[in-house]
Amino acid sequence: MMELAMDAAIGATAGTTPLLRVEGVTKRYGARIGCADVSFDLWPGEVMGIVGESGSGKSTLLNCLAGHVPPDSGAVLFDTRDGGLRDTLTMRESERRMLSRTDWAFVHQHARDGLRMNVSAGGNVGERLMAVNARHYGRIRAKATDWLGRVEIAADRIDDRPTAFSGGMQQRLQIARNLVTGPRLVFMDEPTGGLDVSVQARLLDLLRGLVREMGLSAIIVTHDLAVVRLLADRLMVMKDGHVVESGLTDQVLDDPQHAYTQLLVSSVLQV
Amino acid sequence: MNEYNFAYLDEQTKRMIRRAILKALAIPGYQVPFASREMPMPYGWGTGGVQVSAAVLVPEDTLKVIDQGADDTTNAVSIRRFFERTAGVAVTEATAEASVIQTRHRIPEAPLRADQILVYQVPIPEPLRFLEPSEVETRKMHALEDYGLMHVKLYEDISRHGAISTSYAYPVKVEGRYVMDPSPIPKFDNPKLEMAAIQLFGAGREQRIYAIPPHTRVVSLDFEDHPFEASKADHACGLCGATDSYLDELIVDDEGGRMFLCSDTDYCAGRRRAGHAGAEAAPFEEDAA
Repeated sequence: MMELAMDAAIGATAGTTPLLRVEGVTKRYGARIGCADVSFDLWPGEVMGIVGESGSGKSTLLNCLAGHVPPDSGAVLFDTRDGGLRDTLTMRESERRMLSRTDWAFVHQHARDGLRMNVSAGGNVGERLMAVNARHYGRIRAKATDWLGRVEIAADRIDDRPTAFSGGMQQRLQIARNLVTGPRLVFMDEPTGGLDVSVQARLLDLLRGLVREMGLSAIIVTHDLAVVRLLADRLMVMKDGHVVESGLTDQVLDDPQHAYTQLLVSSVLQV
Repeated sequence: MNEYNFAYLDEQTKRMIRRAILKALAIPGYQVPFASREMPMPYGWGTGGVQVSAAVLVPEDTLKVIDQGADDTTNAVSIRRFFERTAGVAVTEATAEASVIQTRHRIPEAPLRADQILVYQVPIPEPLRFLEPSEVETRKMHALEDYGLMHVKLYEDISRHGAISTSYAYPVKVEGRYVMDPSPIPKFDNPKLEMAAIQLFGAGREQRIYAIPPHTRVVSLDFEDHPFEASKADHACGLCGATDSYLDELIVDDEGGRMFLCSDTDYCAGRRRAGHAGAEAAPFEEDAA
């Protein structure tokens, strides 16, 4: 209820349609539940965090939203540039692919899943541009160089393959590759997973800068509460496929209401 | 030889292949799956081309077989003899006299006519293969016209070599729709893909047939600032002096000596017969070989 009231409040102030409206998304794996009856609105420029333990259905939910896995029921409406709010699940696949290489971006947990490891860094960044019919080598390369700079990769590494990059660099390259076409909505699946803490900190810094600068909306799935504290405006807590609590990030983290959220917050080690 | 059915394959198989060919002609550049048969030659020797040739041959046909432009190499000679024995058709080395030409990795220099069929042997029909290993995914990419990846390959070429270094099997877009691998012909031959003859492509191991109908628009992929160039060695043929034909480089001694000569042997012999001579030519004799 609190969630609905808050959505309404934000909607009233923004006075626009939401960028993404999720209605009753449910995904079952046989008898088991992946995620059940998840609904929320995401507003332009808003960053939503989804937290929960392993197996709580947060990655399933993200894959349903991004169109990688078809949910069993529900609707995922996206505010398309030309047609307003449209259900991405009933779109033709060509339209969905077009979305996923223009207005959407997906940052995988493992950079290897999101990069072409046998293609140079410049080619990786340029792929999305070429997919939307950029056909001028010089301009593609200039844009790739620019984006490598923005994610703090030296310009002279543009012709190196990602296999020659460290884990942190690969992750930053993946982010550059995704953001080069100026998407409006970014899905991130544990973007800092598997990186050591100092590299994580730099990556978060970078992400926060890019999100603010480009006015991106993002949905970030993570089990790391520090990540959502830094990046997310709003938070959803999932357990066993259900959303158990949602609200403003600071509110949820500082004053958790649900027993599971309380457990989650108290489980964080204090250094 | 009446022990074989005409052109080796049984009639049902030929009907199946003809159906695939008709579908391929109806959708230019689209790879049609077909039930490729075992042929009495190893994969990689042109089993796809041989099956397509067998399906289109009629007893009145005159067959020419070339391998890298030459009529007299092992592959060409053995396939020509195969059809001489199993189909009893007339064979020729002259491009203009042939009604069906099976080729490996070249398009003849002489322009082809509307009453001719050019059959290509194709090792790997999928142009996206080296970038996307999954067949399921590549078929989806063709269906959705999702071809950004093809330009990534060309981008990589330029970033590594300063120019598009792909010199054979250069990807083309057929009739503004399907991206197609023209088989490993040199990119010098790409402009010739728009021709009056029917072009059929057969890949035996990969079980695919595709086609370019006559006068179909075929565009080689490129970048605005790195346009496609049909390149060849910058020499004249040492035997016939031709400057407009695709050349092979031949090492002639162990002191760095080399010569360039037409890869299309019929074209070269025709020019020498007409009195043309290159810098390294001996006087032409009709039966020198």
